[in-house]
Amino acid sequence: MEFFSEFPELGRGDLRDFKKAVDFGFRSFSRAYGEGIENFFDPLLQFMIWFERLLINSPWPIILAVIAGLAWLGSRSWKLVAGSVACFILIGYFGMWENTMATLAIISVATFICIGLGIPLGIWMAKSNRVQSIITPILDVMQTIPSFVYLIPVVMLLGIGKVPGLIAVCIYAAPPIVRLTNLGIRLVDEEVLEAADAFGANYKQRLWGVQIPLALPNIFAGVNQTIMMALAMVVIASMIGVRGLGVPVLQAVSNQYLALGLMNGLAIVAIAIIFDRVSQKYGQRLQAYRKGSGHD
Amino acid sequence: MIDTKIEIRNLYKVFGNSPEAAMKHVHAGISKQDLLDHHGHVLGLRDINVKIKSKRIQVIMGLSGSGKSTLIRHINRLIEPTEGEVIVDGDNVLAMSIEELRDFRRHKASMVFQRFGLLPHRTVSQNVAYGLSIQGISEGEATERSQRWIDRVGLAGFEQHFPAQLSGGMQQRVGLARALATDAEILLMDEAFSALDPLIRTDMQNILLDLQEELHKTIVFITHDLDEALRIGDEISILRDGEVIQQGDPQSIIMKPADDYISDFIKDINRGRVLEVRSIMEKANRATGPKMGIKTPLEDALQQLVNAGKDSGAIVADDGKTIGKISMVNAIAAMARPDRDDEGPRYK
Ligand SMILES: Nc1ncnc2c1ncn2[C@@H]1O[C@H](COP(=O)(O)OP(=O)(O)O)[C@@H](O)[C@H]1O
Ligand SMILES: [Mg+2]
Repeated sequence: MEFFSEFPELGRGDLRDFKKAVDFGFRSFSRAYGEGIENFFDPLLQFMIWFERLLINSPWPIILAVIAGLAWLGSRSWKLVAGSVACFILIGYFGMWENTMATLAIISVATFICIGLGIPLGIWMAKSNRVQSIITPILDVMQTIPSFVYLIPVVMLLGIGKVPGLIAVCIYAAPPIVRLTNLGIRLVDEEVLEAADAFGANYKQRLWGVQIPLALPNIFAGVNQTIMMALAMVVIASMIGVRGLGVPVLQAVSNQYLALGLMNGLAIVAIAIIFDRVSQKYGQRLQAYRKGSGHD
Repeated sequence: MIDTKIEIRNLYKVFGNSPEAAMKHVHAGISKQDLLDHHGHVLGLRDINVKIKSKRIQVIMGLSGSGKSTLIRHINRLIEPTEGEVIVDGDNVLAMSIEELRDFRRHKASMVFQRFGLLPHRTVSQNVAYGLSIQGISEGEATERSQRWIDRVGLAGFEQHFPAQLSGGMQQRVGLARALATDAEILLMDEAFSALDPLIRTDMQNILLDLQEELHKTIVFITHDLDEALRIGDEISILRDGEVIQQGDPQSIIMKPADDYISDFIKDINRGRVLEVRSIMEKANRATGPKMGIKTPLEDALQQLVNAGKDSGAIVADDGKTIGKISMVNAIAAMARPDRDDEGPRYK
């Protein structure tokens, strides 16, 4: 009877040995290669430091002008431009300018890395069903595994700082862009592809002339989601030494500062909404031809 | 004698996991249905032999699922055959390397699709220039060269529109112009007009026939519509269940349908308008009665006989010489019912 009431588990000692072995193995790996890996990421670290300084040290009116310019380029809507500028003015007025710039810096770098790795990966997945069947479960794990779990090996390997923070953000934020690139390419109309083949398009012409342009709205939805998820990681990233709006939120949690927490939290929300609206408007403009109202 | 431009020889296509293995059943003569039921393979095409004449319009007709799209896609090898040969101008398309095939598709054969297959993110002008830009010609020059075709199909003024802004008929004009712009000698049209309303379809047929008078392309035109086939085709091949069951010029098919399937197909056409006097004339050097050309439809011939109050007339060639005669009785008989071939089937 005991067999059914108690789960037949590994002996205590064995379990301890098992965990020890894993920890020891990873520690020695980290000792052996940690420095090499750190050196590998050093250019990235230097770039991140430079970029963060650039944002923080630039005069605020210039930053506001750039934000307004980007919002206009993306959305072509004066309302959104005015809204974005107003949000950033409020953020600055309430003393969160520097942290906001730091957050923007890491979000931008993370987004670019996700795009740079994610789109090629998505293209590869779309090309081969086997690659798709291998990568899809990995993406599932990346999205569902609690972030704290992969923070442990990252921190063991690289310590605390910007690079491990960036890696954590990327692990969480990359899957949507990969998935939606793959999906977008797979959804391209068969007959249009057949037409490209019939006119003698080669692989590159097919990819760049037909698949990517037609998948662009989906790819763009992926970029949008990636940005949103990167923003959602701001607080967790601050736990391992990333500067930005997450830091005061953490302080607020441990010290029960309601106002501080709310203000910084709202700043993150504001940035998210601005990114989301502007990029959605841009995505809509990419599809204008589909509704037949794009030109003239 | 007119040259053969495209020759399809002993072509078989079986869809499924191991088509080669299924071929032994096909050679043993298994039916399409049995192959599907017992071996899980779809017989797309069986032993197709068609010679397509240069500078003519070859129609391939058949009901939905008879293998028309599969057949036309073998000509530019969008589909690989299970067995057989496709010879274009003496070259075996199936033996071409990837580069040769690409060149063949870029320069020699272009295609028009049933659902148009336009690139939705490119303007009309860019769509028509597509084939040229694929050849590596700069967008600027490609657009310039394609303007002529835009004008020719009546799309001038719509260059900057996107396909979604156009009606179906106009979209297919874009498709046609795109296919013409590469100056390919062969035009493959897979039910190009089937998705269009009847009136617009007639329009498009006229455009195609006008163009053909000027351009003399070798056109493979697929349709499931008999009226369209008769109107457009110089030659017609009829497909059923992946097999060619009759081929010949429209007149001969109407006069001598090879089997009941085809008789059924042609039973509703207006025979008086489609049949021409040359199909039923008796050869003669001299004849009395009203004179008419060899391509006069029976309807008109009868009208002329009635007007003249005669019961026979003379058929004259283009040079005015009498080459045959037609009697009112024969004309009426030909209009009345299909003349089943009593000498046994000429076609397998
Ligand atoms: N990729 C494919 N896989 C399996 N069967 C196919 C495939 N393509 C066509 N078929 C089958 O081949 C036959 C001929 O199809 P198709 O050439 O499209 O006919 P049509 O164009 O005359 O309507 C049909 O029975 C169809 O189901
Ligand atoms: Mg078809």
